[in-house]
Amino acid sequence: MKIAVLSGKGGTGKTFVSVNLAQTAESALYLDCDVEEPNGHLFLRPEGVQRQVVTKLLPAFAAEKCTGCRRCVDFCRFNALAYIGKSPMVFKDVCHSCGGCALVCPAGAVREEPVEIGHIALGRHGQVEVASGFLNIGEASGIPIIESLLEIAERSAAAHVIIDCPPGSACSVVESVKEADLCLIVAEPTRFGAHNFEMVAELVQVLGKRCAVIVNKASDENALIDDLCAERGLPVLAHIPYSAETARAGAVGQVAVEAEPALGEVFSGLWREILKGGAGA
Amino acid sequence: MKQLLILSGKGGTGKTTTAAAFIAFAEAQAFADCDVDAPNLHLVAQFAGEPERRPYLGGQKALVDAETCARCGKCAAHCRFSAVQETTAGFVVDPIACEGCGVCVAVCPEQAVRLVDDVAGEQALYREDAVFSTAKLKMGRGNSGKLVTEVKKALVAESEAALAIIDGSPGIGCPVIASVNGMDLVLVVAEPSGSGISDLKRLCATAATLQVRLAVCVNKYDVSPQHTECIETFCRQQGIAFVGKIPFDPMAVRAVNEGTTVVDIDCPAGRAVREIFAKLTALLAERSI
Repeated sequence: MKIAVLSGKGGTGKTFVSVNLAQTAESALYLDCDVEEPNGHLFLRPEGVQRQVVTKLLPAFAAEKCTGCRRCVDFCRFNALAYIGKSPMVFKDVCHSCGGCALVCPAGAVREEPVEIGHIALGRHGQVEVASGFLNIGEASGIPIIESLLEIAERSAAAHVIIDCPPGSACSVVESVKEADLCLIVAEPTRFGAHNFEMVAELVQVLGKRCAVIVNKASDENALIDDLCAERGLPVLAHIPYSAETARAGAVGQVAVEAEPALGEVFSGLWREILKGGAGA
Repeated sequence: MKQLLILSGKGGTGKTTTAAAFIAFAEAQAFADCDVDAPNLHLVAQFAGEPERRPYLGGQKALVDAETCARCGKCAAHCRFSAVQETTAGFVVDPIACEGCGVCVAVCPEQAVRLVDDVAGEQALYREDAVFSTAKLKMGRGNSGKLVTEVKKALVAESEAALAIIDGSPGIGCPVIASVNGMDLVLVVAEPSGSGISDLKRLCATAATLQVRLAVCVNKYDVSPQHTECIETFCRQQGIAFVGKIPFDPMAVRAVNEGTTVVDIDCPAGRAVREIFAKLTALLAERSI
């Protein structure tokens, strides 16, 4: 089963839930799709790490073939090309790698070449396979890295895949949950948390995904999330209370289910609930 | 107008809570929410009336005309984003996957594909005693950097205030890069944890490529004094101004849940945020480097 863990708001505990679920499952692949700020590896500390470069295609121009017709420049809807000197040049941050410039060039002067935008670090933590995506500093979009991470899931022998998503509800989140069988939303019972929970619940329901909720940092304000779940008919699988001890253990990168037996039981119960297949609406 | 942007790298470190407090201390006349993926500042901004709303046209999306379509499939074959799918009703474009590049339009021998404007979100502008510019990206949409730029433009066009306070988004990608452009000072609200430090370093490296002035504060510093120490050391080594530490304070959470800010109550977090703001004001008054 592929389980995407998402939240809308940042800092609600996506990585906390993902890492501990992966550790609780008997055989799992953990994918860190928060490629701008990946953190799962700081907890799982994978061993035997191998690095796989991720590229995107950028046009390269053969000046001797270019006739200066500028069709490529005119075609590009992202304003990624400018005709400077005797041939076009590309602004790599705005290029979407659509291939249109190569397609429309009548002189065959455009060649597409792979350029590194980040990498994936692959390793193991006990029974957990760990694959973390890292976007290079200064790059605008991590989508190709998320695509490569999902390809690893296709090849993996692990019984379950836990996908740690980026925050928000934009294109990178849609890409991350694309293949998921279940979307697990981690929500915190605060005013901001409730507002962002609504946004991501809406997204998941529009995408037609099975969905369930975990309330993290549970407090006497849980109704902020529980009521919204009741309205949407979404099951709340667990309320994990805020604990200063858990926060401190998290700060030093401890895997909570390994350090705190009580949390181990919470996650075992959660995992059984997920496996029963009844979880999610 | 001096512009102060608040970022964090990691999500949930307290950007919006801090921004809201600054707005209250400064009685700011101009502020904006550039976290267009998950905006929250409007929840604590106090305006009596409704804002002016306008649709945000993020770009274009392809549309296949089923009648003209000869079902050759060239559009689907050339699409790099797997946005064109064959269905029983013919070829259909998925508006979430489509990036509006126009390759399908170019390869269609029947001229059956065209690009149409796409409403990718909504901008809102409040103009009362203060000006507040915000926006919400439609779910699943890209191009958030362009919307961030529009939010800032709307603020600058409508306000002549001496100081603008701008709430940013988590991460280091497209919306963050767009938000940093033109800022006089960026405050990073860091979290004292292994994750928080890793994210802080990636954000500082990103900011360095954009050549913007940085200051750092730590929120909930008492959760891990040793990580706070590491952050202070990192800032010293990098020559980044370290402007203060905010304690974990349940009163702050309660204030936000009640729709107010830490300024409205006398609490330890509120006092710390006030000191940080005073330091930022001093930094902003210095000539920029």
